[in-house]
Amino acid sequence: MNIVVCVKQIPDPAAPQSFDASNNLNRSGKLILDEADTYGVEMALQLVDKAGGGEVTVVSMGSGADVAGLRNALAMGATKAVIVSDESLRGSDALSTAKVLAAVIRRGPFDLILAATESSDGYTGTTPVQLAELLGLPSITFAKAVSVEGSTLKVSRQTEAGYDEVSATLPALVTVTAGVVEPRYASFKGIMAAKSKSLEVLSVGDLGLDGQVGAAGARETITAVQASESRQAGEKYVDEGDGAEKVVAFLESIKVL
Amino acid sequence: MTLSTLWVLVEPTEDSLTSTSLEMLSHARTLSDNVAAITWGNGASFAAQAGDYGAKTLYDVGDLSGALPGVPVASAIQALIEREGAPDAILIPTSYDGRDVAGRLSARLDRPVLTNVAGLRDESGLVTEHPVFGGSLTVYAKFTSDGPGIVVVRAKSFAAEPAGGVPATVVAATPGELGATASATIVTSHVEERTGPKLEDATVVVSGGRGLGDASTYALIEEIAKLLHGAAGASRAIVDAGWVPYSHQVGQTGKTVKPLVYVACGISGATQHMVGMKGSKNIVAINKDPDAPIFQIADLGIVGDVHKVLPALIDALKAR
Repeated sequence: MNIVVCVKQIPDPAAPQSFDASNNLNRSGKLILDEADTYGVEMALQLVDKAGGGEVTVVSMGSGADVAGLRNALAMGATKAVIVSDESLRGSDALSTAKVLAAVIRRGPFDLILAATESSDGYTGTTPVQLAELLGLPSITFAKAVSVEGSTLKVSRQTEAGYDEVSATLPALVTVTAGVVEPRYASFKGIMAAKSKSLEVLSVGDLGLDGQVGAAGARETITAVQASESRQAGEKYVDEGDGAEKVVAFLESIKVL
Repeated sequence: MTLSTLWVLVEPTEDSLTSTSLEMLSHARTLSDNVAAITWGNGASFAAQAGDYGAKTLYDVGDLSGALPGVPVASAIQALIEREGAPDAILIPTSYDGRDVAGRLSARLDRPVLTNVAGLRDESGLVTEHPVFGGSLTVYAKFTSDGPGIVVVRAKSFAAEPAGGVPATVVAATPGELGATASATIVTSHVEERTGPKLEDATVVVSGGRGLGDASTYALIEEIAKLLHGAAGASRAIVDAGWVPYSHQVGQTGKTVKPLVYVACGISGATQHMVGMKGSKNIVAINKDPDAPIFQIADLGIVGDVHKVLPALIDALKAR
């Protein structure tokens, strides 16, 4: 069983976020593997293990030369990584991103594509389904459990009211929620092994997508960025055993009690 | 009005269209005189409701035979565009199925999609409003290509107000050939039972986060919610940790709530969470970290241990 995991390298979410002069998210600092993607990597490793063999290929795109996040996925145990890295990809929208990923994924055989439900920086949340459509695959989003039996995929999918058991035929695409599995930490051995694993860097030209993706392919534009009306902080007390009373008094003041 | 036609994807539940669907219809009719709705499943039985909120036509994809809606509904919308011409934009609710439809449709039509939209106005074309960085900034955007633009709208972005319109005319909309994409099928549905008001409708929401320490402490949140006749919510952290079901999640990926009062217990106030609750009328925060970001938006902040404050609060509420 061969699984492709789509991952994104993002600015550290713990650091303050900002826009650059072109209103793109500032990615000038160190990039890390989006934590949301570690679940897909772990899920892929477990499914390949259960199937008795196969490859886990990590696929990504970005505008910079950073590959530390991909090395991290390789250190967890992925077989190889491919990144489309090109300055012209800056300002790509979700559909352009899906087109780039589709062009990479079409180059090799696969049974299953995994992705996070959304990235932790842009959180558009449509790229995986756009990718499935471009590749002509069924998709099941918001998976909280995934299993494969022969060529049948079985997924517990979150719903507004609970969850559905959904099945589909492989090859297919699944988006996994955080918490679906417990991602492993890269071991020292894994980190050393990752250094000799294949990490292929492609350009937009290599994929024949010049002028179709990146800012050139985006058909939406930011017209303005404004500070939102901010909420004022109210009163803050250190609990001296009277915290509960203060809450009750507040609830009375707004007539909830 | 410069927008000639808007289409709105309206999601059916057992007894009504979803509240986000009605909110979008209400707003769409202020932007265009020609609003049509698109639905599936039992949605056509709500033609009167769709009309009341502003839809003149209700395109019905009908029974999906258990298929996940994303593929067949997007295909049917594509066929409708070929038959009826493209609207200026298609509004789609931020929901599990809504996002599937939006992604499929965007790739099928080769048209862009704007998500996390919390406002929409007409300035010689649609301008969308997106809260970013936990709602501290608002980004305004517009499409630069020919329509239809695909707009994915967050819950509670607009008020749902009936306009007394006549029932919408139901017109069939049929998916085209779906091929391999159509194989995703629902085998069984599980409903996680909950008591009390729905999270998104409750006047009082009491939520817990990682500061609770462990899953069993969530019982305190449920008890306080019950005593206040409210609903119990949760941060993404404890939902991901498996302490409570996903249906309790408030935030970017979960539900958007705007109750009269939101009580955040052991929640630090991550960007992801704040987006889903900062529209609450009043916010109370209880957290042991005095620097937790949640205190910056709280009307009442208690710096304290939830393991002490919450039991005392339960006693005080019971004593009333």
